Amino acid sequence: MARAVETKSFTLEEMGYSVFLALLAVVCVILAGKAWDWQLAVHATVGAIFAAAGIFLIIKGYQSRLANPAQEIDGKPNYNMGPVKFAAIAAMFWGVAGFLVGVYIASELAFPFLNFDLPFLNFGRLRPLHTSAVIFAFGGNALLATSFYVVQRTSQARMPGIVTPWFVMLGYNAFIVIAGTGYLMGVTQSKEYAEPEWYADLWLTVVWVVYLLAFLGTLWKRKESHIYVANWFYLSFIVTVAMLHLGNNVSVPVSIYSVKSVQAFSGVQDAMVQWWYGHNAVGFFLTAAFLGIMYYFVPKRAERPVYSYRLSIVHFWALIFIYIWAGPHHLHYTALPEWAGTLGMTFSVILWMPSWGGMINGLMTLSGAWDKLRTDPVLRMLVVSVAFYGMSTFEGPLMSIKAVNGLSHYTDWTVGHVHSGALGWVGFVSFGALYCLFPWLWNKKGVYSLKLVSWHFWTATIGIVFYICAMWVSGIMQGLMWRAYDKLGFLEYSFIETVAAMHPYYAIRALGGGLFLVGSLIMVYNLYMTVVHGEDAEGVAAGSPALAPAE
Amino acid sequence: MAQQELDHLSGQTTTGHEWDGLKELNTPLPKWWLYVFYACIIWAIGYMVVYPSWPLVSDYAHGIVGPQERLHAVADYENGKAARLANAAGLADAPLDKIKSTPAFLEFAMANGKAAFGDNCAPCHGSGATGGPGFPNLQDDDWMWGGKLDDIYQTIRFGIRSGNDKMRDMTMPNFGKDGILTKEQIASVASYVMSLSDTTVKAAADGKQLFADNCASCHGEDAHGNQEMGAPNLADKIWLYGAGVDKVAAQISEPKHGVMPAWEGRLDPITIKSLAVYIHSLGGGK
Repeated sequence: MARAVETKSFTLEEMGYSVFLALLAVVCVILAGKAWDWQLAVHATVGAIFAAAGIFLIIKGYQSRLANPAQEIDGKPNYNMGPVKFAAIAAMFWGVAGFLVGVYIASELAFPFLNFDLPFLNFGRLRPLHTSAVIFAFGGNALLATSFYVVQRTSQARMPGIVTPWFVMLGYNAFIVIAGTGYLMGVTQSKEYAEPEWYADLWLTVVWVVYLLAFLGTLWKRKESHIYVANWFYLSFIVTVAMLHLGNNVSVPVSIYSVKSVQAFSGVQDAMVQWWYGHNAVGFFLTAAFLGIMYYFVPKRAERPVYSYRLSIVHFWALIFIYIWAGPHHLHYTALPEWAGTLGMTFSVILWMPSWGGMINGLMTLSGAWDKLRTDPVLRMLVVSVAFYGMSTFEGPLMSIKAVNGLSHYTDWTVGHVHSGALGWVGFVSFGALYCLFPWLWNKKGVYSLKLVSWHFWTATIGIVFYICAMWVSGIMQGLMWRAYDKLGFLEYSFIETVAAMHPYYAIRALGGGLFLVGSLIMVYNLYMTVVHGEDAEGVAAGSPALAPAE
Repeated sequence: MAQQELDHLSGQTTTGHEWDGLKELNTPLPKWWLYVFYACIIWAIGYMVVYPSWPLVSDYAHGIVGPQERLHAVADYENGKAARLANAAGLADAPLDKIKSTPAFLEFAMANGKAAFGDNCAPCHGSGATGGPGFPNLQDDDWMWGGKLDDIYQTIRFGIRSGNDKMRDMTMPNFGKDGILTKEQIASVASYVMSLSDTTVKAAADGKQLFADNCASCHGEDAHGNQEMGAPNLADKIWLYGAGVDKVAAQISEPKHGVMPAWEGRLDPITIKSLAVYIHSLGGGK
């Protein structure tokens, strides 16, 4: 593209977003004024402030730039990394916040006095705050950052739009704020991992559609005819999460002036829709999308080609086709019809190898570069994340088998399983990506201190081992205690005795979570020092990926 | 675009594409991976043929063995119940004394009572049956409504202020709230009551007379209570709502009245009998 974009204009895009946000601000003011409940008044006020701030930022952005951004500079793509930087920092911030809340509620389970009889510190309100903070705020921002980074780099193209990428980043984080503060005020539709009420859901829908368009718009401009495997995974994540979000949030507000809504489905249908959503949130948010991270950052860091193109294509299609069926395994031995459980279970077992395809491609990409693990703790983190991924995706199909599920369901084993995936896989692969991204984005030679990365790695790994071992032992013990009979055929243990028996494991779990949190604080310090005091990369010659020439 | 090139470390060629310096190898699918994948699919198809699986228009594919889960669950439940009751033949009609004195009955009742207690009584009375503020300790030998087998049995069956026709019922007047006694008089009588079991408390001069005029009709001249009407013993050191002149005064001024549900109809008759025997055995049975 020629350098014909040196003029500066208030684009149609900027105009469109300004008008939309102005309308939104008006709607929010009306809602705030007429709200039936104080929670909606608070949220509508926040919404109005956010919308006004958005308009301010658009105008400020226009005033402060000299010319409309160029698509290319000197024949190289002029990547738009500002929003990526924002999301990378947001991921770090929300990660620490989410881990902190997690440690707190883990401590509440071990030491219930920590509730302090305050409603907003109650486990019931803090638990969704924790899950949403780590999955959607930490994980979501890590995915926004990496997906926009990866899709631009592998397409050799700048993201479309001036406001659009920022709208996705800031809009998504506004959703996080509305959702999280809602939980503390008691606003929830009581669907696990889909707690936000109707107005937050509507807002997320708008943001998500813009995200999809921005991602597709970048792919559209790609230079290489094939689409890189990481982008397939990101795209499947964006499309499927949109579908899941719309499917599981079909509800009718009691009034547009009320936070409360009524679900369209009821009873076992509602349960099935919920776990179709819940399981695929794991599948497409926490698995497919993070495989996107893996497929870019592991080969990049190892400086090796991806092990097998064929495996990537076969396991990708197998994974996304089969995952969507597996939801009913969350509802074994309930009112759900037996046939639905059978389908969920058999598809979960079929899912084992497609999941492992990602692990094989991740680990085998290192063949020829295994020695790097000794010197590069970032790569070590990425590789261990893939190992945890393999472990969790074996454990998952195992637990979906009805006979195993009969023991494991409703016990801490489930919690342990989720956290080996969440802490080990999602956490570590995100940390690895952040350790790569920060130096690249801020043009630094490398991370401030590899030694501190090592400290983070070991602290967090030991934390995870404490966590998941405690939950395995306590979960299996709990399941066995529930089904223990005395010789006359009466239950051996009352429920409260099983709760009392779990106390030591809850304490160990809280300790493990605490170590994981400490590790993440080490990371925050290290990345802060990287940005502020890191040694600058020596331009293109240093081989810094952020400055590498387009090929 | 770049041509396919040979990767010397693996001996594989690349696909010829390149993205931001990333390439992919043409490595074939790992055989073991593919075969395990096939094996899982074959196993799944076999499972679907044997057990209920695919939904149809108005029914579902029943499979060779047909629906099982619910039948098994119900059968397990019924078998378990029958097996337990086989040990309790005759227990339903046996009087409580006989259950207590017949070893086989006693063993059954103790096991049944312990299990039932843990899931039904422990939430209020504590898993060790030692109670808590407002919830009586069942391990001591202080009883509000009587500690004999039959007394306990009746309390469990019909509850206390439960709304059941045969419930145990007693309401102590609101001496302060309803203006029967002045604040000073309540403080006096509370100090007298506390002094009965706590020698460090000095009773007010008019306390004894106030007690005789207002309290003795239910709690007795000696304050030892009356289990017939659920009036607690005030001369021991056991306090349901806490020890101390202030707490006793509060209870005189506007008494709290606990509620215990009636368990008849919620638990089966054998379990209620078992509970009576079990609780009687705990350490306080008369």
